[in-house]
Amino acid sequence: MATGTGACDHLGVSSQLVEEEKATPEVYAGRRLHRSGSHKIAGGVAGGLAEHLNVPVLWVRAAFTLLTAIGYIGPLAYVLLWMFAGQAKPEEKAPEMDAKERQQGIALLALGVGLFIVISLLSGSLANWFIVPITVGIGGAALVWREADEAQRRKWRDGAKTGVSGFLGGGSTQARVRLLVGVLLVCGGIGLFLYQQVSPTLVPVVLIAILATLIGVGVITVPWWLRLIRDLDDERSARIRDQEREEIAAHLHDSVLQTLALIQKQAESPREVIKLARSQERQLRTWLYGPTGYGRGRATAAEANEAAEAPTSYGTLHEAIAVACGEVEDTFDVSVEQVVVGDCPMDVRLTALVQAAREAIVNSAKHSGVGEVSVYAEIEPDTVTVFVRDRGKGFDPDQVPEDRHGLADSIRGRMDRHGGKLRLRTSPGEGTEVQLEMPRKKEAKA
Amino acid sequence: MTTPEQDRKPVRVFLVDDHALFRAGVRAELAAHSEDVEVVGEAGSVGEAVAGIEHHHPDVVLLDVHMPDGGGAEVLRQVRPANPAVVFLALSVSDAAEDVIAVIRGGARGYVTKTISSQELARSVRRVSEGDAVFSPRLAGFVLDAFSERPGAAPIADPELDLLTPREREVLRLLARGYAYKEIASELFISVKTVETHVSSVLRKTQLSNRYELSRWATDRRLV
Repeated sequence: MATGTGACDHLGVSSQLVEEEKATPEVYAGRRLHRSGSHKIAGGVAGGLAEHLNVPVLWVRAAFTLLTAIGYIGPLAYVLLWMFAGQAKPEEKAPEMDAKERQQGIALLALGVGLFIVISLLSGSLANWFIVPITVGIGGAALVWREADEAQRRKWRDGAKTGVSGFLGGGSTQARVRLLVGVLLVCGGIGLFLYQQVSPTLVPVVLIAILATLIGVGVITVPWWLRLIRDLDDERSARIRDQEREEIAAHLHDSVLQTLALIQKQAESPREVIKLARSQERQLRTWLYGPTGYGRGRATAAEANEAAEAPTSYGTLHEAIAVACGEVEDTFDVSVEQVVVGDCPMDVRLTALVQAAREAIVNSAKHSGVGEVSVYAEIEPDTVTVFVRDRGKGFDPDQVPEDRHGLADSIRGRMDRHGGKLRLRTSPGEGTEVQLEMPRKKEAKA
Repeated sequence: MTTPEQDRKPVRVFLVDDHALFRAGVRAELAAHSEDVEVVGEAGSVGEAVAGIEHHHPDVVLLDVHMPDGGGAEVLRQVRPANPAVVFLALSVSDAAEDVIAVIRGGARGYVTKTISSQELARSVRRVSEGDAVFSPRLAGFVLDAFSERPGAAPIADPELDLLTPREREVLRLLARGYAYKEIASELFISVKTVETHVSSVLRKTQLSNRYELSRWATDRRLV
């Protein structure tokens, strides 16, 4: 937001603007005054102003302090700026302030408060009775306002997903205590003021009057409050819908439209078209219906996107099998129908099982001579069983050619090493079915 | 796969799908099996479907699961009470167990995915029209999953409906493994008719069981 050259041009003017700045914080087009989040002792006004005017923050603080002497302009300006200047977004914040700056700031604040009291006492412009309640009240208000700033920053942090409730709740216990103390201080200030001004006999009456007024104002403004809350919620849900729509549009663009364009280009090559359509279908399915799919709710939709883009990062057996089947489909141009019953997290032995199953699917794809392979996995409490089946030409297990022998070994070897079992059912013309059985973790071997 | 079928009448089929492109595709595919299957009408919305089915009285309705205004389940709800003779076969791209179980419980006699070959589709239509159930491997998987015992399951209220017999389980497993009825029959040393009986019985249980799991399982997954 800060544009260096503009700031320099205005420097000469701005130094004399310090006092009037409160009235026209937007005097420079395109540059708004924001309260600083990092250079902050009370409300971040001085820090923000310093950044805005491009002068050392110490000067601004000193100016506020000294201006207290002239008819309380300093505190008044500070409070007004706090009210009207918004908080700076965290990403725009300058480097953190160091300990020295903090000490100076606190010292100046204390000095300002002292000056305020001393001058009031000396000048007599404000009677004694006024000083204590007003100091207490202002202190309480400052606490409450700081909490409001905190709540706003929390909201930014949470990606603007919290609504009205984010302002009231959601904070830590500490935050709530601070808020409570602030409110009590404000009430205390008012109470003290009343106590000193009103004769004790009248206090109950005054309290009742105040209460009645508050209730009256509350009742009158109820529709307004309700509308405010509703508008906020409406706006929030509209924003969420928009985000969702954008997400869907982006996904459709990235995957479906691209694939359709590719398919048009490859129209002469049916094999390529089938391959593209198949892999796109699988991707979309994962996105829509997969274990971490889009339908599982907004929070996980992003993960699903990642999962679809990086298919190697799977966590459960179901996903692992889906990935293995998809890879074989893409590589060997066959369709693999997979059915998985139950699910469980992956471990070393299940990884071996999936690798063995993948090998079996590859075998079927390469040698069966048909374009379809069925994969069925059942996860039971004690074992996981995977069936890989094709209706192809089959073979005679006793007369396996060299190359297939090797592959069968790699399946069988894997299963044996991890305590699994392999059963092979095949004969020429009858298709092939490989049954892989792996015990689950409980009675672990390796 | 055929008995003396030369002289039998083609099955009258009604298509319900909100995508005109897909209806045209199915029509074209089934045209190749015109001696077996005849498309008598089609509809693109729930309202059209209800009116069309009342008008044509087809033997089999090929029903899409996902449509505006309530989808296939809504068509089933509106048509079935008045037309008990009409048989429904769900045809969907959806992989969501919830959808599949919903149309089966709504009264569909089977479930096939849209990637099914035209020959297989014609055969499935013929089979449901004859009163059998059509279980794709995926549907078999869903049903097995729905009836599986898992920790924290609700008590079984009616063993007759809430449990699968070991034989039914075996049949379902083989279906899920991609076996055809004939293959299942020879695998288990039973007749094809017996396989059909088992599958129909599983279908009935899926439709009627009040087992808490059937619905809870689908909502747990929240696949759609």
